[in-house]
Amino acid sequence: MEAPLVEVRGLTKEYRRGDEVVPVLAGLDLDIARGDYVALMGPSGSGKSTLLNLLGGLDQPTAGHILIDGVPVEALDSDELAAWRARSVGFIFQMYNLLPVLTAEQNVELPLLLTDLSREERRRRARAALALVGLSDRATHRPRELSGGQEQRVGIARAIVTDPLLLLCDEPTGDLDRKAGDAVLDLFDALNREAGKTIVMVTHDPRAAARARRTLHLEKGVLAREES
Amino acid sequence: MPVGALALLPLLGATLRRHRLRLAFTIASILIAFMLFGLLAAVENALTAGVEVAGQDRLISTNKVSLIAGMPRAYLGRIREVAGVRRAASLNWFGGIYRDPHVQLVVFAITPNYFDIYKDFTIDPAGLSSWLGDRGAAIVGTGIATRYGWKVGDLVPLKSNIYRRKDGAGAWPVRIAAIYRSTVQDPNTVFLHYEYYNESITYGTDQIGWVIEQLEDKNAGPAIARSIDSMFANSPSETKTSTEKAVAQSFANQIGNIGAILTFVVSAVFFAMLLVTANTMAQSVRERTPELAVLKTLGFTDRAVLTLVLAESLLITGVGGLLGLGLATLVTQGMAAGLRSVLPFFAIPAAAYLRGLAYVVALGATAGLLPAWQAMQLRIVTALRTS
Repeated sequence: MEAPLVEVRGLTKEYRRGDEVVPVLAGLDLDIARGDYVALMGPSGSGKSTLLNLLGGLDQPTAGHILIDGVPVEALDSDELAAWRARSVGFIFQMYNLLPVLTAEQNVELPLLLTDLSREERRRRARAALALVGLSDRATHRPRELSGGQEQRVGIARAIVTDPLLLLCDEPTGDLDRKAGDAVLDLFDALNREAGKTIVMVTHDPRAAARARRTLHLEKGVLAREES
Repeated sequence: MPVGALALLPLLGATLRRHRLRLAFTIASILIAFMLFGLLAAVENALTAGVEVAGQDRLISTNKVSLIAGMPRAYLGRIREVAGVRRAASLNWFGGIYRDPHVQLVVFAITPNYFDIYKDFTIDPAGLSSWLGDRGAAIVGTGIATRYGWKVGDLVPLKSNIYRRKDGAGAWPVRIAAIYRSTVQDPNTVFLHYEYYNESITYGTDQIGWVIEQLEDKNAGPAIARSIDSMFANSPSETKTSTEKAVAQSFANQIGNIGAILTFVVSAVFFAMLLVTANTMAQSVRERTPELAVLKTLGFTDRAVLTLVLAESLLITGVGGLLGLGLATLVTQGMAAGLRSVLPFFAIPAAAYLRGLAYVVALGATAGLLPAWQAMQLRIVTALRTS
């Protein structure tokens, strides 16, 4: 049996607020297989965004282990983490987080600046990623010239342009209307089923969660239940 | 995965285009500061050029009362007898005018051995010989010769705004015997024979302005200076003998301590610029906090983010500084022609350009350091929450 892509063991995260210790994740165990599509749901403060940040190496756990494709993420230092993120993880944010001074193509090209690829090859790949999300004709547009749905699709193109192992999405449809949200979810479906991408998505939207293969419900920092 | 500086260039360009007006104002402020620096450096160079070319083996004796009070010409012969003095020559300020009474020429009446002491004048030997053999002749610099179209053999009527001729004639006709070249001396000077000047003036006859002594041993300067001054102690014309450099410095200081003025003005301006640039950078980083967090999320290292912000700061000061120095160069070149007679060395020296470049780097690095450090220290999760 193939080892899971993501193995989380005893994951604990606490924040300090003055003298008070605020527990967010309390000894969480979780496996995510390659090619899986997981929705994380739960009330505010349940720890789902914190879990996503820890999986992406954006934050350090208080205790526990995160093994992603054999890499112990919690043991990497700041530079190693940056390099690992660039290589292995694609992030998609609720508010898209595109750089407003760059065109759509330049935004998608950003992660490729960290590679040894030539300028021509970077541009070729950026254009290919934009074509994949259906925005070839918007390559030279800046974010303010795009709709919310288009901005999010540029965000998706930026996330997949390096062909990462894992896509981490934080409320990707949270700021979109139903039609644009559906288009984004269609893209995730295609990326998961046709390209075999492993996706972990935090969402409050049951319709979005219904598209995933598995839905994990977090409550008070622990896994409350799972639906397939 | 190391991030090369080149990878940051596309980002740098885009970032700088974000607030074009603010960027233009910041660069304009820096430009003005560096232009001021360049112009002041040119003024300092012009006023202290004499200090830089002053010889180590030369002393200058003047009247103790003042540089412009003369001494009896007999002093020259007595000074020549002082042990350790190899040669001594005298100079008198003539106060020369040619055609335009508002343009003061630099004209000296000198003893013939003057050019034996100053070897940094290049003079055609035949011309020098011609000058030595004709007391009505003059040696002039390439600068003034070019300006007035003088050629060897021309007869030039010079007037003085200090002296009158005994015979009532309005001018001293002098024949151009030679045109000197020099890379270190003022190329706009006219040298007359002391005898020609002395025999024709109505007052101040047999007085000399100052004496230049060339020494056998440059280390004996203080002792020889004491010997000369003690020789004329308690006489109506006591002397003050100093190194040539000290005299040139004191001459420059009559206008003020140029170095101190320059340092003060430049320090004040650069401090203001530091605040302006640092404020621009701090604002720029504050506005881009979520974007910097996104860059880190995508895999840009803390060091890359630090480099990006520092490079931005250095680029702003670099563009402003280089434009300022360039503009100062154009302005000094434009003004140099008009100032040639009063400030022959009005130009920005190479050392000032190097100092300016050092200031560019120091200003950029200092202004950018704190914002860059803050950007480097950004916690991704916290910074993303501010978006």
